[in-house]
Amino acid sequence: MAGPAVEVRDARKRFGGVRALDGVSLAVEEGEFFALLGPNGAGKTTLISALAGLVRPDAGRLRVMGRDVASEYREARRLLGIVPQEIVFDPFFTVREILELQAGYFGLRASRPWIGELLERLALGPKADANMRSLSGGMKRRVMVAQALVHRPPVIVLDEPTAGVDVELRQTLWQFVRELNAAGHTIVLTTHYLEEAQNLCSRIAMMKAGRIVALDSTRSLLAAFSERVLRVKLDGCALPATLAAGAVQDAAGWHRIPVENAAQVESALARLREAGARVSHLEVAEPELEEVFVKIMGRDDAAPREAA
Amino acid sequence: MSGGFATLFRKEVLRFWKVSFQTVAAPVLSALLYLVIFSHALAAHVEAYPGVGYTQFLVPGLAMMSMLQNAFANASSSLIQSKITGNIVFILLAPLTPGDLFAAYLLAAVVRAVVVGAGVIVAVAWLVPLPLPNVLWLAAFALAGAGILGALGIVAGIWAEKFDQLAAFQNFLVMPLTFLAGVFYSIDSLPPFWQAASRLNPFFYAIDGFRYAFFGRSDVSPWTSLAIASATLCALSWMTLRLLRSGYKLRH
Repeated sequence: MAGPAVEVRDARKRFGGVRALDGVSLAVEEGEFFALLGPNGAGKTTLISALAGLVRPDAGRLRVMGRDVASEYREARRLLGIVPQEIVFDPFFTVREILELQAGYFGLRASRPWIGELLERLALGPKADANMRSLSGGMKRRVMVAQALVHRPPVIVLDEPTAGVDVELRQTLWQFVRELNAAGHTIVLTTHYLEEAQNLCSRIAMMKAGRIVALDSTRSLLAAFSERVLRVKLDGCALPATLAAGAVQDAAGWHRIPVENAAQVESALARLREAGARVSHLEVAEPELEEVFVKIMGRDDAAPREAA
Repeated sequence: MSGGFATLFRKEVLRFWKVSFQTVAAPVLSALLYLVIFSHALAAHVEAYPGVGYTQFLVPGLAMMSMLQNAFANASSSLIQSKITGNIVFILLAPLTPGDLFAAYLLAAVVRAVVVGAGVIVAVAWLVPLPLPNVLWLAAFALAGAGILGALGIVAGIWAEKFDQLAAFQNFLVMPLTFLAGVFYSIDSLPPFWQAASRLNPFFYAIDGFRYAFFGRSDVSPWTSLAIASATLCALSWMTLRLLRSGYKLRH
């Protein structure tokens, strides 16, 4: 039995005085679309690097599809495709050569049709025979995605793949990754664009200072830490007392009134009308991951801890 | 050895072949310049071995020196470039074993050395009459010498974090050891202290043995030279493999 797609047990890693990983445990099930979120320096990239064998943890075990990344590193690496965060490339080769070499490192020879498909799906076809040096940043990023997929790994890790990437590529990329996920690939994603994580991922882990500070389904996190609110701006009058109890006013003058459903929206509007309040702006805001993120990162138990 | 080894080896050969003007033609030209200058300045004065003119004597040494320097340059510059640009990550993410990495970088370094060495000898053969070499000795010393410097190049490429550190390794270790290995003279012509010092330099045996392949004469028995060169290659290979297995400066 292979177990989860990704399994991390009590992983620890120190760089000098910094605890980059301070006892991280998590499991990503096969076929999940999983987000790993956290501020810069939280340990996301260290965790991914440990999974890839680029970083050797001081303690703990990491497995990919049941294969230990240290003792069974060759099997584990065949099962894992990583898109590194930094844009890096080999200036000696063309796009096609790069992909054929990468397939070769994995011992794959007859991979031309799949490389052709990757080039097409990532809109790299016209640049297939161009030198890597001549490509724009977004194009280089696409090549890196293709490199990570060249050996058809069941587990794909994307470390901030959309940082500094234009809207069109972002959409092509997500459409492609969604299809890969639908076809059974497990996807682990880190991003600073929380909307992307909210739209794409079914489960989320949040990291801070080398620790997991939240790990739950996207739906539960939104339900627990964010709410649907009616946002109104009034024209020179106060919020009626009947609504003021649960409401909050922000710096821009918007009142946020929690509402669970359409009926509560209607009754809130009725109260505003009864009180004769003049509404200048009005909107219903859905729960947002950004709010969840800010709340969780602000909790005491998520406070950074210095290494002893 | 995994299937990935062959690809990494091919990539390392392609890497220098794509810029062969710099990596092959330039060192061949340098060797020719040394030959012209030194033979002009010294040919009238020195006869290294009885019946072997100085210009002839110089050719195998220069060819070997070029081979040694280029074997080192190939492995070390490829590694440091990949480290500094960051693209080494694609090799580290692949299921390549430390043995695959070692063999691919080492063999590519040997291929470059052999191409450069052959280039020097073919270019010089137009100018200087050379005896037909003993192919077995020629091959044995070419492979051992290039192997030693290829392994040393891997070590330097892993160790160096910046180009100037690599340049220091090259300028303060590789250059002096190759220049003082009896390229330009027979060590029998040296004072006793420098003779003894030369015998501690492993590169000397590679050059001396390589010369034996042409003239059937050498400062040291070719069997001794081959034993020492092979032992050096084995020791350095063992060390390099250990370094790669430990992940030193590659996996943190």
